Amino acid sequence: MKITFGTDFGCCFVDLGKTRVMAQVSSELVTPKESRPNEGIMFFNIELSPMASPAFEQGRQSELSVKLNRQLERCLRNSKCIDTESLCVVSGEKVWQIRVDVHMLNHDGNLMDAASIAAITALCHFRRPDVGIQGDEVTVFSPEERDPIPLSIYHMPISVSFAFFQQGTYLLVDPCEREERVMDGLLMIAMNKHREICSIQSSGGIMLLKEQVMRCSKIASIKVSEITELISKALENDKKARKAGERCGFAESMPQERITALKMDETPVEMTDVTEKANDIVHNADAPPQMVPSPVVPIPGVGQVGQGVQSTWGLEEDDEGEEEENDNSGEEQDEKVTRMEEEKLESREGDVVEISDSEEEEVVILNPEKVSKNTGYTSHHKGAAATQKRKRK
Amino acid sequence: MEVYGSSGVSLREFGCEQSLLSRPDGSASFIQGDTSVLAGVYGPAEVKVSKEIYDRATLEVLMQPKVGLPSVRERSQEQCVRETCEASLLLSLHPRSSLTLILQVLHDDGSLLSCSLNAACMALMDAGLPMSCLFCGVTCAIDTEGRIITDPTAAQEKESRALMTFAIDSKEHRVLMSATKGSFSVNELQQCIAVSQSASEKIFQFYRDSVRRRYSKTL
Repeated sequence: MKITFGTDFGCCFVDLGKTRVMAQVSSELVTPKESRPNEGIMFFNIELSPMASPAFEQGRQSELSVKLNRQLERCLRNSKCIDTESLCVVSGEKVWQIRVDVHMLNHDGNLMDAASIAAITALCHFRRPDVGIQGDEVTVFSPEERDPIPLSIYHMPISVSFAFFQQGTYLLVDPCEREERVMDGLLMIAMNKHREICSIQSSGGIMLLKEQVMRCSKIASIKVSEITELISKALENDKKARKAGERCGFAESMPQERITALKMDETPVEMTDVTEKANDIVHNADAPPQMVPSPVVPIPGVGQVGQGVQSTWGLEEDDEGEEEENDNSGEEQDEKVTRMEEEKLESREGDVVEISDSEEEEVVILNPEKVSKNTGYTSHHKGAAATQKRKRK
Repeated sequence: MEVYGSSGVSLREFGCEQSLLSRPDGSASFIQGDTSVLAGVYGPAEVKVSKEIYDRATLEVLMQPKVGLPSVRERSQEQCVRETCEASLLLSLHPRSSLTLILQVLHDDGSLLSCSLNAACMALMDAGLPMSCLFCGVTCAIDTEGRIITDPTAAQEKESRALMTFAIDSKEHRVLMSATKGSFSVNELQQCIAVSQSASEKIFQFYRDSVRRRYSKTL
């Protein structure tokens, strides 16, 4: 089992065999719950990333994810391992919300144990910003102004999983993925180093005898004390390294001796001929295409870009006539286009413009200053109809 | 518009590790300074009928932020990465299959999109997926004084006037994808592209060295 820390406080990676898990703790000031105005809020989230296994899908709340989330919450929240009252800043108004995100990176079995170790280690590693209260004023200091302070943690609950085979005859601690697939049932015991059981969960429907459960809890207590040792050592090492000013983080913890890993130092980039090259390219580039007409604001709150195409919306008799016209030649189209452009030029000056040459009864000539909302709508509407007509060709 | 000599423009130190996860078909972690991204690839695998394309593989890119659920920003980054990958992968060799690329942000200290692109390319190589060319990502920032900074840190990005990320291909060093933020002139854009092209040389050399080292025992 390996525990490494990231660059910022509250980030921790746990490798349990090949199972890899990352936990990140973050804090935010929020209003507390109505029922508990002077307690902080803890929020746990286990993300089964699709990277961990091809069976995990993004966004779907699968059974496994619900189960893991629930177990982690019971293990950490209900055991009251974190002092939530110390997270209160202004009673009833502002408290700290501590959010723990656990990401599964590789699923090789026993996600629950890895997640619980990662979560509690990240919580121990996390430092929240310091807060100063002077009468009514509350100031939150940034990490540069004042050193952030750690959370107050009473004890460290760690879960240990047991897999049972053949109706309880065989017992395996910390099953790997293949063992998990063929097991009959799973027993999860969350304990702390003071030999207090924080949570027990048995799933799979196996019937266990009292002696078996007692034996498992004894094994669990030994394992938990070993794991707690390891966590404390890792935290110590990290604290020492940070004090000594060494660079910490995932980058540093990358193993150098392996051939699958390589590092390269800071390298300068050649920039000598960059200006000439750029100037050449800009010089030889084509001129940019003609721009769209700039927007016009006829009245406040209404923006209008362009005047739309000359509408060919008309009654049914006109349809056939126009289709014939269009079938004739492209020259006519060009003429039409030039006519429309001329009209556009005229209309851009904001004069009274007749936009449609339809034979509808009342040709409404709209003044852009007065009822421009309608203008905008009709020209768009007719523009859409015009494109529809062109499609039909 | 100045262009700094060699003092202001450099790439932070890189690190890369391949095949670090056992479940995905290909995985790689790429580190640029303090920014690190872990990429995992599954594929070619079975695809849902609703998503299948008759003559090509369906590429899906998922970007997971460190805190919280993926939001619109992650979606737009996913799209940038997906378009780059689709341009360089030979998708028509695996019709009606799915390729899934998952990117997990381990730490963000600037140049996140280019780090993701580099991690994606190394993971695709590790998975052995056929590609027509390799690609790499380079981020350039133009600060308030008009200087070009490559591979900016988060603090530099915040103070910059414009931020551009380019994906450059390995064969002809052309731009496969560009994502920009902020305002800049056409000249500045061309200069940044030229800088990115010369920086991509270093990155491709690093890819070659990593892969050579990795297969040094078997070849």
